[in-house]
Amino acid sequence: MPAVVVPVDRLGRLLVMRRALNPLPRALHPMAWWVWAIGLGAAVSQTDNPLLLLVALAVLAYVVTVRRTDAPWARGLKYYFWLALIVVLLRVIFRSVFGGAIGTNDHILFHLPQVPLPHWAADVQLGGPVSLENALSAATDGMRLAVLLCCIGAANALANPRRALRVLPGALYELGVAVVVCMSVAPQLVESIGRVRRARRLRAGGATGWRSLRAIAIPVVEDAFERSLRLAAAMDARGYGRRGEVPARTRHVTTGCLLAGMAGLCAGTYGLLDRTTPALLGFPTMLIGGTLCCIGLGIGGRRVTSTHYRPDPWRTPEWLVAGSGLLAAGALIGASMADAGALTPSFTPLSWPSLPLLPTVAILVAALPAFVAPPPPMEQRAVGTGAARPRLPSRAPGVAA
Amino acid sequence: MIEFDRVTITYPGSSAPVLRDVSLRIDEGELCLVVGATGVGKSTLLGAVNGLVPHFTGGHLAGEVRVGGLRTSEHPPRDLAHLVGLVGQDPLSGFVTDTVEDELAYTMEQLGLAPDVMRKRVEETLDLLGLADLRRRPLHDLSGGQQQRVAIGAALTSHSKVLVLDEPTSALDPTAAEDVLAAITRIVHDLGVTVLLAEHRLERVVQYADRVIHLPGDGTAVAGDPADVFQRTSIAPPVIELGRLLHWTPLPMSVRDARRRAGPVRDRLAGLVPVPRAPGATADPLLAARGIVVRYGDTVAVRGVDLHLTAGTVTALMGRNGSGKSSLLWAIQGAGRRQAGAVETAGRVGLVPQTPADLLYLDTVRAELDTADREAGSDERTKARTLLDRIAPGIPDHIHPRDLSEGQRLALVLAIQLRAGPTVVLLDEPTRGLDYAAKRSLRGVLHDLAREGRALVVATHDVEFVASTADRVVVMGDGDVVADGPTAEVVVASPAFAPQVAKILSPLAFLTVEAVEDALEQAAS
Repeated sequence: MPAVVVPVDRLGRLLVMRRALNPLPRALHPMAWWVWAIGLGAAVSQTDNPLLLLVALAVLAYVVTVRRTDAPWARGLKYYFWLALIVVLLRVIFRSVFGGAIGTNDHILFHLPQVPLPHWAADVQLGGPVSLENALSAATDGMRLAVLLCCIGAANALANPRRALRVLPGALYELGVAVVVCMSVAPQLVESIGRVRRARRLRAGGATGWRSLRAIAIPVVEDAFERSLRLAAAMDARGYGRRGEVPARTRHVTTGCLLAGMAGLCAGTYGLLDRTTPALLGFPTMLIGGTLCCIGLGIGGRRVTSTHYRPDPWRTPEWLVAGSGLLAAGALIGASMADAGALTPSFTPLSWPSLPLLPTVAILVAALPAFVAPPPPMEQRAVGTGAARPRLPSRAPGVAA
Repeated sequence: MIEFDRVTITYPGSSAPVLRDVSLRIDEGELCLVVGATGVGKSTLLGAVNGLVPHFTGGHLAGEVRVGGLRTSEHPPRDLAHLVGLVGQDPLSGFVTDTVEDELAYTMEQLGLAPDVMRKRVEETLDLLGLADLRRRPLHDLSGGQQQRVAIGAALTSHSKVLVLDEPTSALDPTAAEDVLAAITRIVHDLGVTVLLAEHRLERVVQYADRVIHLPGDGTAVAGDPADVFQRTSIAPPVIELGRLLHWTPLPMSVRDARRRAGPVRDRLAGLVPVPRAPGATADPLLAARGIVVRYGDTVAVRGVDLHLTAGTVTALMGRNGSGKSSLLWAIQGAGRRQAGAVETAGRVGLVPQTPADLLYLDTVRAELDTADREAGSDERTKARTLLDRIAPGIPDHIHPRDLSEGQRLALVLAIQLRAGPTVVLLDEPTRGLDYAAKRSLRGVLHDLAREGRALVVATHDVEFVASTADRVVVMGDGDVVADGPTAEVVVASPAFAPQVAKILSPLAFLTVEAVEDALEQAAS
């Protein structure tokens, strides 16, 4: 009697599909998150259609909620949301106070007391009527900037900043190390200040004013200085700064490339901003400068012989995440070239903005990372005995103070 | 493995060399202990092994230091990173990264090893040092013992042949120190790493040493078998001092050695009682603290502790790191936080913090003392200079407080605190970084202050210091007082807090070599 047999190759295909849909937790390459966020930011900057902006915001919030870790930096997005709200409010307030041209059919919301200005400032209006149309256009304008900020915030929340620093080209390796050291030394400084302040209270009398500042600053600075010397000694003993031999010629080429490249970048920026200069000074010079810089950094990076522990791989999910951001950017830039009106709706006369189909789909594509990126690894904070250990008493009050 | 060939090291600005014409040879796989008082050049000797002295510290090195065949004169420390691993006293200040795994990999990253090799070695090291559960944890959240084990692991992942440890356990409580030392001995046995170790608290490490380098203080170095070298050293752990007192040869290195030979002495001492310390003039209650509660957020550091202090007593406050000792002292003094409870006291309460240097901010000792006099107001009490000369005579006026030794700095801060005339003096970890001589003089000072009618509290991990100094011991655990009583009663019964002499002579209640000596003399006369 023939049994129902699942063919082996079909079973294998099922397993592969299952693995693709349910990938093992790992951190996505930080660069992928940044490319995605910058792509979405570029897309958003093309429009001030509030509906599209809200869709983008929803996409950001969803992806971050689903794919962030439980590390401290991953909780940062809400601060960016607050910042975004402030940006929108400020924009509306400034537009209301400094007024704007009021059309004949505008809906006036209220009147602010108008301050009469001298005749030489006749172009500026302070106070006066506030129209709904003006307020709305200021709000949507502010929203664009706000969503852009949230894109940066999302990248910060999703990509481990220390791992992101590793992507720096080899020539900037020392810079990355300096930033990492700063990030670990800053909390120690706060701790040190707390400890010294508490110790100050032990001395009878107690200095006031300038002397008390000195009494706290000097032990803290001395402490920080000794600590950094110890750190430097430790880093030296652990091989920091070991490097391959670089012939003098290569060093000179690096220096030359970087110097010429920086000069090119400066001249190019100037050319781009000042439209009276010949066209050749603008974009082409900048391009040459940028290329020279890249070459310089590339050659300079060769002297660094250090490697990375557990390097972040770049696999299919990374391509998909970065690609979805770039796709959104490309689609919106294309759409704005084809039909700018749909992306920047006008509020005079007052009307409900429409939601253009193609750009909406393009922004929704940027939500793909929520499904294709592997789930983030969660830190095992509660494992082990030390987790519940109270901080050293000599430190904790200082930090809290 | 390590060779010193007629090495003389002189620091700039000093007339005499720290090390003079030192020739040494340390063979592969040895655990070598460096012994000496503070300031005789232990750290210099250790730093010279990987070239930090003089490449990093400055100074002049004559002669030659060779490690694994490489001359330190030709190779700066970073080029010896694959050969020599260095672990300091404060692991936190040497950490470059922020998580356990990254820290273990850091040296290998600098050496440019391939990622798969690094991954394998990190896993091996995590197992070797029992850190596997902590692999993703931030370094700041670890306890002192765990941090020190990470630092040792980080020095080992590069497969270095030499491990140099400069006082690795001096900031740790006894149990954490045992952990770290167990890790070190395991490394010596399993990996054949050559270990060079400096440590103030010899009682913890002397039994593990294959060889001892003694720095007597005149710039020379004497190396040899522990039993030979300790016949003549100025400093020795209690187990060896007891062996010297009783003329045992060879000298016992561990409590186990000594206990097996102590039978006859125990018989001689049976029936004798230790001579108690001369009591103070009065025994008035000076301070009563009731129901002290200290909490930091969700963490309760001290939960409803009562403490009564009487004049003329030295009380030791013991317990593992984080058990609430410091919080209790600061809460009693009043400068720290206190959520509940009351402190009744007639006089002032002075406190010497764990890092005395936090209180010092002026350029000279003189200026600090003058400020202390001014802050205390114009009263008839003893001037700060007089107090300092009584505690530690001979500290010049013009010297910068940062240039003092640990012991002198402690004396300066103690003098400043005593200037305000406190009746109760609290000291938070005063023995950290002190050698045997400095501890002996601190003991004298504390006993003098007690005799004058003050109450003293010393928070410390140092069981030998407690045994020789304290009249009463309070043990804290998880914010509670878990034991409170006369020193002998509390420490003799405890495996972690018993001093070596008590372990050797148990069940007799002798705590120090001096007590044994006194009792034997009494018995003889």
